[in-house]
Amino acid sequence: MGSIELVCPAGSPAMLRAAVEAGADSVYCGLRDETNARNFPGLNFSPAELTEATAWAHGRRAKVLVAINTFARAGETDAWMASVDAAVAAGADAIIAADLAVLAYAHEAHSSLRLHLSVQAAANSADAIAFYAEAYGVRRVVLPRVLSAPEIAALIRETSVEIEAFVFGGLCVMAEGRCALSSYATGRSPNLSGVCSPPEAVTFDRSNGQLTPRLAGLAIDRLGDGEPAGYPTLCKGRFEADGAPGYLFEDPVSLNAMGLLKALATAGVRAVKIEGRQRGKAYVARVAAAFRSAIDALDRGEDTLPYERLLSDLAEGGRETAGAYRKTWR
Amino acid sequence: MTAPLDLVLGPLLFNWSPERIADFYGRIADETPVDRVYLGEVVCGKRAPLLEAALAAAADRLEAGGKTVVWSAPALPATPRERNGARALVAAGGLVELNDLSGLAHLPAGAPFVAGPLLNIYNEAAARELTRRGCVRLCANVELSLAAVAAIARGCPGLEVEVFAYGRLPLALSGRCYHARQHDLHKDNCRFVCNRDPDGLAVRTLEGEPFLAINGVQTLSHGVQLADIPPADLKAAGVGALRLTPHTGDMVAIIAAFRRFADGALDREGLRRAVEAAGPPGPLVNGYLVGKAGLAPVGA
Repeated sequence: MGSIELVCPAGSPAMLRAAVEAGADSVYCGLRDETNARNFPGLNFSPAELTEATAWAHGRRAKVLVAINTFARAGETDAWMASVDAAVAAGADAIIAADLAVLAYAHEAHSSLRLHLSVQAAANSADAIAFYAEAYGVRRVVLPRVLSAPEIAALIRETSVEIEAFVFGGLCVMAEGRCALSSYATGRSPNLSGVCSPPEAVTFDRSNGQLTPRLAGLAIDRLGDGEPAGYPTLCKGRFEADGAPGYLFEDPVSLNAMGLLKALATAGVRAVKIEGRQRGKAYVARVAAAFRSAIDALDRGEDTLPYERLLSDLAEGGRETAGAYRKTWR
Repeated sequence: MTAPLDLVLGPLLFNWSPERIADFYGRIADETPVDRVYLGEVVCGKRAPLLEAALAAAADRLEAGGKTVVWSAPALPATPRERNGARALVAAGGLVELNDLSGLAHLPAGAPFVAGPLLNIYNEAAARELTRRGCVRLCANVELSLAAVAAIARGCPGLEVEVFAYGRLPLALSGRCYHARQHDLHKDNCRFVCNRDPDGLAVRTLEGEPFLAINGVQTLSHGVQLADIPPADLKAAGVGALRLTPHTGDMVAIIAAFRRFADGALDREGLRRAVEAAGPPGPLVNGYLVGKAGLAPVGA
């Protein structure tokens, strides 16, 4: 492992192997149910697959982090606790959780289990981190994507908890875990059901040479011929306010903070994370390899610039941003 | 006979002028049967200094009118100023409403607090984590159905439970200010343009359908929640209070209608008609409470 841990997504056992072979230090994955925030059809692991994949990863000195990062449903919390037990039984190196119920159970029932605070908890300050560390022994916090690079550096000076930051992939414009836009339109959301803008609510109309993506019937964009159509995530849609149509919340861009790797490492960020458990093994192989090369270059004292353009074609909608890491984003 | 449902007024979410704030809370103090009022700038730390004096005066006025005042802490404190403000509020003593769990880092051990609807408390086990730290009252997260609220209440005996009963639903928070973005301004130099939209700025789909409302870093629903659930059902679910959010329109009439509804003197249809006549900023919805998409209209 280099100076900074590379954490990659694994939506399937094949994707897990691809990530590790391409240079991931750690992979994160979820069980095949609504206890994780990428509860899409065809994704994720059965307990048996998780056990086998974890053993395989450990044989290659890679760590497996299990995301149990949705909020347990009232009256049915047992399924979330069972996922914690399944992750422990599979030999997971850590679980990633956001719900106080899951954190409390994991802390009490498995006192030696390493706990990472999911980005879905949106702990954006040293105060919030101090609470989770004191109350549940959280060892690492995945930061919400609302902080600038200097703010991350300032935060790290105030905490002894490890910090992990997203550097590539889909970008929430809202504070993660603090957004219910999806359920307002469709009845399902990241916090309620582990999905955002769920696929079964998506339809497309084509008329007069224009493509209209809809979510639960609501037009969330209108694309002319040749305009790239990414997945119709609600907050990346085009809306109108004050009579002016536009991308009110966020342009259809993806995060690529490779250019900020050095700044993040200098700030003391322990691990960097790639988003995209839903995007398959070819995706993770390329992204992991590019970031592996960049981190290795950084550790040799070289520039990461040669690697920064390697991944441009992978961005959803074809465009990239450094997001909130550059303060002008706000 | 169970106790009557309390009516509480949630924190003002919008950037109103000090004059408007003084006038509004003066009427709340003098003309409404509201039991508790939450005060405080929850959405944006930049607004707080502008509104502090007006809110402090409102607190005095409300207390003189026999209302209980609870101070609400910010929802996403991030800057040093916002964090210091949140810390000072919690340290000042008295009952506070927390809208971000960072507040628990500063709260003296065991000190009572209210858990606001912007916290991610989705189940009874998470609620118990708060009650054992001093939480005495929880306003349910707006995504929760009444059945989920009931499960939480059952699992936390003694916890007072409020539901979000009137107002645009607070759906999302961001690091980015959408008012500033809409006006081509940077958040750090926003000129407080959010003060132009006392109920939030309407967001429509490209087909002209009203959908959301932006309020600085916050996104709300266009639809206005109306918890027109029969009071007996609310009480059976363990709900003890209905929370109404300040909006333009005749809040005095809306509160009066809710009081009569909660006391059984007005039926659901009567509540809807009274609220519609009082000028809500959007159509009435209640989907979340009945386990549907939040925008589902009342009576659907």
